[in-house]
Amino acid sequence: MKGTLFEIGRYFGFIKNLFYKPEKLSIYVRQVFREMVNLGIGSLWLVALTSAFMGAVITIQSAYNLVNPMVPLWAVGIVARDSIIIEFSPTIIMLVLAGKVGSSVASEIGTMRVTEQIDALEIMGINSSGYLVLPKIIAALLICPVVVIISMIVGITGGWVAGDLSGVVPSADYLKGIQNQFLPFNVTFAMIKTVVFAFIITSVPAYHGYYTSGGALEVGQSSTKGVVYSSILILIFDYLLTQLILA
Amino acid sequence: MIAIENISKSFGNKKVLEDVSCEFDKGKINLIIGGSGQGKTVLMKCAVGLFEVDKGKVLYDGRNFSEMTFGERKPIRQEIGMLFQGGALFDSLTVEQNVTFPLKMFTNMTNAEKRDRANFCLHRVNLENVNHLLPSAISGGMKKRVAIARAIAMNPRYLFCDEPNSGLDPKTSILIDELIKEITEEYDITTVINTHDMNTVMSMGEKIIFIYKGKKFWEGNNEDIMRSENKELNDFVFASRWMQAVKKHF
Repeated sequence: MKGTLFEIGRYFGFIKNLFYKPEKLSIYVRQVFREMVNLGIGSLWLVALTSAFMGAVITIQSAYNLVNPMVPLWAVGIVARDSIIIEFSPTIIMLVLAGKVGSSVASEIGTMRVTEQIDALEIMGINSSGYLVLPKIIAALLICPVVVIISMIVGITGGWVAGDLSGVVPSADYLKGIQNQFLPFNVTFAMIKTVVFAFIITSVPAYHGYYTSGGALEVGQSSTKGVVYSSILILIFDYLLTQLILA
Repeated sequence: MIAIENISKSFGNKKVLEDVSCEFDKGKINLIIGGSGQGKTVLMKCAVGLFEVDKGKVLYDGRNFSEMTFGERKPIRQEIGMLFQGGALFDSLTVEQNVTFPLKMFTNMTNAEKRDRANFCLHRVNLENVNHLLPSAISGGMKKRVAIARAIAMNPRYLFCDEPNSGLDPKTSILIDELIKEITEEYDITTVINTHDMNTVMSMGEKIIFIYKGKKFWEGNNEDIMRSENKELNDFVFASRWMQAVKKHF
């Protein structure tokens, strides 16, 4: 318990330290763009692949479960659309990104710590946490909503293609379904979740990487911890945000 | 001059430094020597502010570094150059980018001026045509020299070197020592070296602080060492038969 409280306190102290005045704003801005490419563009293929297949599976499973003749076939489109927009794209895709981005952030910063590169930054008078972590967080906050919107589009398209190719939902029914009873607030809700999760998948692994001590083994442990804790926090915040906003 | 006044440092219940006081003189090579785990790296890290002291203070030309906030320390930190044991070069940056990094962060030099300064510093450490290589593509000795070039890029007043010869062959080791000596004399800086390399101690020890079990046990220079009767110091410095023979014939 004492250890957990210590970790939480140190995490908030770490977050506070990110916001010291940057040494040179132009360098931080350039870093943000570089990180946006690393985190966003570098993850697009994985996001697209996962979204397309998950969209296809959601559509086929929904069609399989909605066998009641009272339920029209276009309802499959509604179910697929809402599942993808409200839960799948913002939560599952961010969990996937927590694995990819989180391990990369924690191991990059952890390696810098154990090879004294962070000490070298500190000696120069640079706020090491601000320089290394803040651009990653800002980049994730900016690029993750774009990635999630792409995931929504690819996921819904994947469902459409799979439904049509397998013959379980004709194209016309699916398209009718995804346009029916559309609530724009669902997208807003998904974006709120995405921004919160983006903060978690960068700050939590960065925290674990930053406080790594030892060698290669400890870098690996920090990377694992970063991914595990950020995944757990995503699930907890998913529940809390759903309860707060939708209930 | 850097003055260390009565500093103590513990990690949990383990006391690593206890009431250590010493002075590092300007324009001189100041050595901190001692066996592994005796506290010399902790002393150096306390001096540069990587560890906060539990008690005592560190003064940089009279400026109380220990009581300063992160922001207040910035101007002093820009006067410090440090050579880390492994070089601590930034992996993702080329040799030239590593050297120009502090210039990019703290000066308004144009790109051409930064490049000129990097070339000057790299030339000073006898490195040519390596500007565009990544640290992974150069040898250990070259890494140390790039790290020295980075450390002197901002014209530091204080230079700290943590085991500059570790992992190097004897010839490269001497080259690095000579380079540090030349730079110290040329720029009249306060140089502090943390070492257990006896070559360095005997050839460059203008001022030597011996740390034993977290305390300052002895202070003098390379000639005093030969005459010292301090048992712990002699056990450490003259551990090998070869060194014992040297002492006998001194």
